[in-house]
Amino acid sequence: AFEETPMLVAVLTYVGYGVLTLFGYLRDFMRQWKIEKCQNATEREEQKDFVPLYQDFENFYNRNLYMRIRDSWNRPICSVPGAKVDMMERVSHDYNWTFTYTGRVIKDIINMGSYNYLGFAQKTGACQEAAAKVLSQYGAGVCSTRQEMGNLDKHEELEKLVARFLGVESAMAYGMGFATNSMNIPALVGKGCLILSDELNHASLVLGARLSGATIRIFKHNNMQSLEKLLKDAIVHGQPRTRRPWKKILILVEGIYSMEGSIVRLPEVIALKKKYKSYLYLDEAHSIGALGPSGRGVVDYFGLNPEDVDVMMGTFTKSFGAAGGYIGGKKELIDYLRTYSHSAAYATSMSPPVVEQIITSVKCIMGEDGTTIGRARVQQLAENTRYFRRRLKEMGFIIYGNEDSPVVPLMLYMPAKIGAFGREMLKRNIGVVVVGFPATPIIESRARFCLSAAHTKEMLDTALKEINEVGDLLQLKYSRRRLVPLLDRPFDETTYEETED
Amino acid sequence: MAAVAAGVGQQWVLVEMVQAFYEAPAYHLILEGILILWIIRLLFSKTYKLQERSDLTLKEKEELIEEWQPEPLVPPVPKDHPALNYNIVSGPPTHIITVNGKECINFASFNFLGLLNNEKVKSAAQASLKKYGVGTCGPRGFYGTFDVHLELEERLAKFMRTEEAIIYSYGFATIASAIPAYSKRGDIVFVDEAACFAIQKGLQASRSNIKLFKHNDMADLERLLKEQESEDQKNPRKARVTRRFIVVEGLYMNTGDICPLPELIKLKYKYKVRIFLEESLSFGVLGAHGRGITEHFGINIDDIDLISANMENSLASIGGFCCGRSFIIDHQRLSGQGYCFSASLPPLLAAAAIEALNIMEDNPAFNPLCSQRRIHALSGQTRISGLKVVGESFSPALHLQLEESWGSRENDVKLLKRVVDYCMNSGIALTQARYLEKEEKCLPPPSIRVVITVEQTEQELDRAASLLKEAAQSVLN
Repeated sequence: AFEETPMLVAVLTYVGYGVLTLFGYLRDFMRQWKIEKCQNATEREEQKDFVPLYQDFENFYNRNLYMRIRDSWNRPICSVPGAKVDMMERVSHDYNWTFTYTGRVIKDIINMGSYNYLGFAQKTGACQEAAAKVLSQYGAGVCSTRQEMGNLDKHEELEKLVARFLGVESAMAYGMGFATNSMNIPALVGKGCLILSDELNHASLVLGARLSGATIRIFKHNNMQSLEKLLKDAIVHGQPRTRRPWKKILILVEGIYSMEGSIVRLPEVIALKKKYKSYLYLDEAHSIGALGPSGRGVVDYFGLNPEDVDVMMGTFTKSFGAAGGYIGGKKELIDYLRTYSHSAAYATSMSPPVVEQIITSVKCIMGEDGTTIGRARVQQLAENTRYFRRRLKEMGFIIYGNEDSPVVPLMLYMPAKIGAFGREMLKRNIGVVVVGFPATPIIESRARFCLSAAHTKEMLDTALKEINEVGDLLQLKYSRRRLVPLLDRPFDETTYEETED
Repeated sequence: MAAVAAGVGQQWVLVEMVQAFYEAPAYHLILEGILILWIIRLLFSKTYKLQERSDLTLKEKEELIEEWQPEPLVPPVPKDHPALNYNIVSGPPTHIITVNGKECINFASFNFLGLLNNEKVKSAAQASLKKYGVGTCGPRGFYGTFDVHLELEERLAKFMRTEEAIIYSYGFATIASAIPAYSKRGDIVFVDEAACFAIQKGLQASRSNIKLFKHNDMADLERLLKEQESEDQKNPRKARVTRRFIVVEGLYMNTGDICPLPELIKLKYKYKVRIFLEESLSFGVLGAHGRGITEHFGINIDDIDLISANMENSLASIGGFCCGRSFIIDHQRLSGQGYCFSASLPPLLAAAAIEALNIMEDNPAFNPLCSQRRIHALSGQTRISGLKVVGESFSPALHLQLEESWGSRENDVKLLKRVVDYCMNSGIALTQARYLEKEEKCLPPPSIRVVITVEQTEQELDRAASLLKEAAQSVLN
């Protein structure tokens, strides 16, 4: 797996959290006894004798740890989220309890946080013009559901195009990526079925699995032995207690895991799936458009047949610069979803200009618009990824994830460094994303860089220089493996095995 | 010296022990011996697992794996399933809509205030598109918060006269994420039977105890609350930490009627329950300025803990919002699943919503009360034989249900489809209200959805009414 947390660092991290917890208790005590002013919003006077809405302990983390470094998140921007972005400056005079906007705009911050893998977040260009035309013709909203009066010809066009892009028989598009998972998994499986889900699956997959009512079993992250053992046990022993055979088994995996940057071991998963006759649900939220020689996702990356994956799901938010999600698969599957998906019956369909943006960007990636922009971007992203990761490893940081994934997590570990890293990088005009508990395990907080085809080499070099500086300042270079700077290795199948020591 | 003393002391104890050994009765010695042997046996025997896995041989396991046949991933759907073949709308779904190639007057889209085709709204969206592009490429926490989002939240909060508002990028996800953020396992939620599907999904995700009360029946609700009160008295410690909520809609989507909010407020303070109000249909429609059911009844908005609505009906955009006091709304910024883990609303849709809100505030011609007169035309004067109109006179979304069922639900659905087809062929676009039959808790009867909008003229309403009469007569007789 990935490089292990150094022992000293782990101990210091726990110490850090311990100190913060102690101070948290102290401050809570002072707030309770009115020594310190409580700046939380409070309940209405008339409702003071109602059962309290929040338990005090639930919000302990929120009040005492999150509030200290709250300025690293929810940063408001006021320009297109491309490679460079403008941010509204905000200051806090009371330690992040309230923010005021100074009115100044910090211009041209190198954006390493937005999910803009192929650089389609643009305010000029073919996509934007096409979307503008459709907007003036169709308007912004739809005001009806797919099954009622909301199915526009644009939606049909989009679905045919997406099916062609993915190499599947048929596809269906939805207005929100999160909702695609949480509303369609319950339509596919129900009670009496088994879901095998990866440890680090996204909240939408977990919610969808929970809402379906099926039994959920978790296998270790990307660990094929764990998955095989669960499959064997499931088929041999059947449902717990009644021993009836399972109706169906669904394996939920993601293409690229957004917090780790690891790529799923798809050939092995497909082999297992075929051997044990189960079904595979692949969530390509981050990998569609970002992986593979022609940008068609993790299936393309491994050179496999898209028909082997039973349900191919993905989102349009990341690589296509729009919003929404899709599911692709066999015609029977999509017909079933058209009839029984919660989203088709109750949720408004996609907005027409957004649909047009997706159509134009997919055509661009496929090369059908007559230019080679799409292909060039896919290649640029792959080059940027390899270059950036290699340089970071050479500098001595601990980086998780597969060599080819454009999601680059850089380990920070200690709670204080989370806030410090975000602020220091902003001072140097680089916008990064830092994540801590509860999105990651408590001692493994990290900074996550999302590379984009829109980043030029100069931007990456500037960013790397600043990261180097901040890394030295905050002593983030934990890695004990020193990578010798070597020439570019050719791409080969065993690349993903490198992460397995 | 001390060591010697200790040694002597030890010897002394040893001597005593040996003496006791000789003096003990025989049965005692035998019992002790047996116990020691038993302990030795336990120590050396194999551990046993709690779940006794049967000892299947490897070959048997392989045979089982070979034999197991799963169900197909999805069962086949019959080709004539009513929900399978969608109507294809070419062009914008505005007042005049082209469905399946035929031009009709739109009585099916929830475009209550006619803002879908409004030029000002479109140009605001265009300006936003030129400035920001289409997508936001990130969730709100990671560079996905745009100044338009902040502006829209402020405007909504000001319009609804609450402290704060929070926007979601999908109307369905708004209430479905809001409820589980507050109500957890062990809490109690009293919800109306006719609540829409999004509320049902939110309740399912929250894992709380759900208590359904009959639609708009305050006596039934009070009975349930009293029962809960007596339960609480048996276990006061648990009652002190169990939160209670009532979830109702302003105008119910499934039945078209209004909820009795003043009585609910009285019950709220009497039994100490919080109220969550879902105003998707009533936002922009009820009240003198379109602020919804609280304005309609003249209730202080702070009495309602949370108001949730979607922007896909009156505001003709996409997405949803929740508004209320900061104490309540701020919590969703960290625990609303559809807010934290999902990309934010595309800026052009937010700009369209802001402009639509401007028009609602400034333009008295969009006074929702005028829609009342129009609805009256349809429901009041013309009696349609075989179909009954379900819904309040001022509700913009009505249902037309069969007066008597013709046997099974399938038959009813087929009949209504013929009525709808007759109307569509003659230039009035209607649709059946779609439900997922197996998933709804209380499935409403099949019906035709009729939507009254501000853009429809008197003649069009009359024409629709007479056409429906004709259709009903020809199909149902």
